[in-house]
Amino acid sequence: MIGKWQRVGLMGTALAFSQSTLAEYAYNLQTPASQVAQNVFDLHNLIMLVCLGIFVVVFGAMFYSLLKHRKSAGHKAAHFHENTTVEVIWTVIPFVILMGMAYPAAKVVIDMKDTTNPDMTIKITGYQWKWGYDYLNDDISFYSNLATPREQIVGSAAKGEHYLLEVDEPMVVPVGKRVRLLITANDVLHAWWVPALGAKQDAIPGFIRDSWFKADKIGTYRGQCVELCGKDHGFMPIVVEVVSEADYAAWVAKKKGAAQTAAADNAKSFEIAELMGRGEKVYEASCAACHQANGMGMPGVFPAINGSRVATGPIADHVAVVLNGRPGTAMAAFAGQLSDADIAAVVTYQRNAWDNKTGDLAQPAAIAAARGGAASEAAAPAAQ
Amino acid sequence: MSDAAHAHDDHGHGHPSGIMRWLTTTNHKDIGSLYLWFALIMLFVAGTMALLIRAELFQPGLQLTNPDFFNQLTTMHGLLMIFGVIMPAFSGFANWQVPLMLGAPDMAFPRMNNWAFWILPVAGLLLMVSFWLPGGAVAGGWTMYPPLFIQGGISYDLTILAVHIMGLSSIMGSINIITTILNMRAPGLTLMKMPLFCWTWLITAYLLIATMPVLAGAVTMLLTDRNFGTHFFNAAGGGDPVMFQHIFWFFAHPEVYILILPAFGIVSQVIPTFARKPLFGYASMVYATASIAILSFIVWAHHMFTVGMPAAAQLFFMFSTMLIAVPTGVKVFNWVATMWKGSMSFETPMLFAIAFVCLFTIGGFSGLVLAIAPVDIQLHDTYYVVAHFHYVLVSGALFSIFAGIYYWLPKWTGHMYNETLGKWHFWLSVIGMNIVFFPMHFLGLAGMPRRIPDYALQFTEFNQIATVGAFIFGFSQLIFLVVVLKTIKGGAKATDRVWEGAEGLEWTLPSPAPYHTFETAPVVK
Repeated sequence: MIGKWQRVGLMGTALAFSQSTLAEYAYNLQTPASQVAQNVFDLHNLIMLVCLGIFVVVFGAMFYSLLKHRKSAGHKAAHFHENTTVEVIWTVIPFVILMGMAYPAAKVVIDMKDTTNPDMTIKITGYQWKWGYDYLNDDISFYSNLATPREQIVGSAAKGEHYLLEVDEPMVVPVGKRVRLLITANDVLHAWWVPALGAKQDAIPGFIRDSWFKADKIGTYRGQCVELCGKDHGFMPIVVEVVSEADYAAWVAKKKGAAQTAAADNAKSFEIAELMGRGEKVYEASCAACHQANGMGMPGVFPAINGSRVATGPIADHVAVVLNGRPGTAMAAFAGQLSDADIAAVVTYQRNAWDNKTGDLAQPAAIAAARGGAASEAAAPAAQ
Repeated sequence: MSDAAHAHDDHGHGHPSGIMRWLTTTNHKDIGSLYLWFALIMLFVAGTMALLIRAELFQPGLQLTNPDFFNQLTTMHGLLMIFGVIMPAFSGFANWQVPLMLGAPDMAFPRMNNWAFWILPVAGLLLMVSFWLPGGAVAGGWTMYPPLFIQGGISYDLTILAVHIMGLSSIMGSINIITTILNMRAPGLTLMKMPLFCWTWLITAYLLIATMPVLAGAVTMLLTDRNFGTHFFNAAGGGDPVMFQHIFWFFAHPEVYILILPAFGIVSQVIPTFARKPLFGYASMVYATASIAILSFIVWAHHMFTVGMPAAAQLFFMFSTMLIAVPTGVKVFNWVATMWKGSMSFETPMLFAIAFVCLFTIGGFSGLVLAIAPVDIQLHDTYYVVAHFHYVLVSGALFSIFAGIYYWLPKWTGHMYNETLGKWHFWLSVIGMNIVFFPMHFLGLAGMPRRIPDYALQFTEFNQIATVGAFIFGFSQLIFLVVVLKTIKGGAKATDRVWEGAEGLEWTLPSPAPYHTFETAPVVK
């Protein structure tokens, strides 16, 4: 009960806070919500002050000179030049100032790189264009997509408060716990960044890099992908909800229940109407970014599905493309991203939407069989 | 050296005229002009792309572009401004000025000089034509990071080819400049007496020769990964995408200094002239330039603090990067000391040079902030970085180019430019430039990533300010075009010395400088 009230209060303050940030101009780093972010914040302020001091001294002298030592004011040019003592002084002083900066900076570097003794570990995978989260301790996996409706982006609907910074499934972590992040990517480079938590790490396909944060305050923290990853680089935000330990336990229980429902779906057999309805949703979330809602793709960049040989030819080949992707292109392998039921639905949808009236029906069982590697034989019966 | 003798030189050997004159020319002044015209045209082409980018970013949402086209614009804007504007403009200055400053009759290898220029437009054409190919122009960022760069269409291969050609052009130009400077100085003009502009270009040319082959290697590996089944940068085949970044930045960090050292040289010519006082520390300026060049080879990974390096590597690259602030500081202090107790006047070249010193230093300070690894990790790939490198490349490199053009144009054309228009150009540029790029620091601090076509609502105000500034800055460059064209056509006759405080061999020549100069080497005491 307390948790619920806390959440209501939190939403209230979050709303008030973000409305005030809308109205005002922000001049510094975001308000830190972790010790690392706080350290970086302080380090940045320190360096800015030093730079400001140097700027005032050097350009104070220059502007004084510009005012006083001008020909129009009748100033006659002196002819001094070359002075080794002066050169040595203005080489040594900056060096000493830099040493003073390097020491606190090095301490923060070493702290940031120390990913030992985590309370929990989350593997984060960048995809074109969404994030996947695997909770290694709690055995939870899900994908996190942009939740801002298309209408808001193209301007046919008013933009919401968290425009482009909202997702369907946020990453949820308990407050005050050391969270170790294992970050990788599936296709191209991405970078996972939540400014208020002070964690940023490139996601590199084929390699796992780690980072960590410990959130000090309950709240919702937003970030974005910060490494150019193609067309929808600007449309794969990150939302981290930091909750109390009790709320976290409740969230884990809820996610496990949802996983069981999904597993049950994989064992079912569906009617075509059910598959088409579900398939359209999957298509919107996983395919439409490239192949477009009308199935026409983008000529020269992303092929059309409407009328394509794959979507109207043998169903087994179609399933194989969805499962395995097309290596060397932007077409990802969805075998690891979508459940059997979802792949069955989206294949059925692609084969029956728009002008593709094949009448074919794919069932989860056939997808499960195709996963075994014998794609062509297993998927064939589904076509009948 | 009478005018009649020069007239004879100009027309006496059956020189081709019209287009063939320019295609076949081996004259350093003609080739210098070609480089500068090419750079000016590309400035307007790539500047138009910048205005399209800023127009899209005027408000949240997608209005003018789609995300794919937006990425093409940012990528091409970067590639063309670096390889099509700044570098060719500096090559233009080198061609015009190095022989005039050294008392040499021409560059060491005139025919290679012609070739070095004329392959450049081919590279530009390869890049531009890809806008109309299937899939559009290259959209993977000017840094060309794989695996994204592997995904693209035919235009990505054309870009690789264009980069090869531009690299070849730079290497040929550099060989020419090094040979000219080392072998063709007038009797008595020792290395430590030659104008600082020649020193900065000599060091730049060595940087180019050292790093352009590295870039060529990197893009060749991209080419074979794309087309011939190699896996240099593909982890699935035993490669490493991060290896590309190491190789690329081993080229691209010295490249940063390739883009700024000649600017230091120009400013070091302009400030003493208008302060009517010798450069304060000539020798220490030479040593500082050399130190910056050497340090530039051991700092590359500061562009990669977020790839996940060990703490020791982060510390090394942080310390070495901070060290660059020392010789850069020496340069700034020397410029200020040169102005100190001078007798300054503020013609347009001097205004641009002063703005350079002040605004380049702001870019230097944001560079120092970014050198601090933990702060860089927060700011990497945000608009803070965009603000930083535009302060050093627009108010740094580009402003020095403006300063140089206003400074030497009377010598080249024989006419004074229109001072009133020049001052309008300066003030609109300097104000516009700050309105565009200063707010970008705040956007980056607040967390706006770079290379995004659409943004969250809290970034709106500063983006609108930046866009207004961009249009002021962009359109004020038309004044520059008008000034240049007017000066070529006519204007007050320039004296030989042109500027009261000007020192150096080029000012002993008539204005305009004859087609052939220093056929007999002058003697420098």
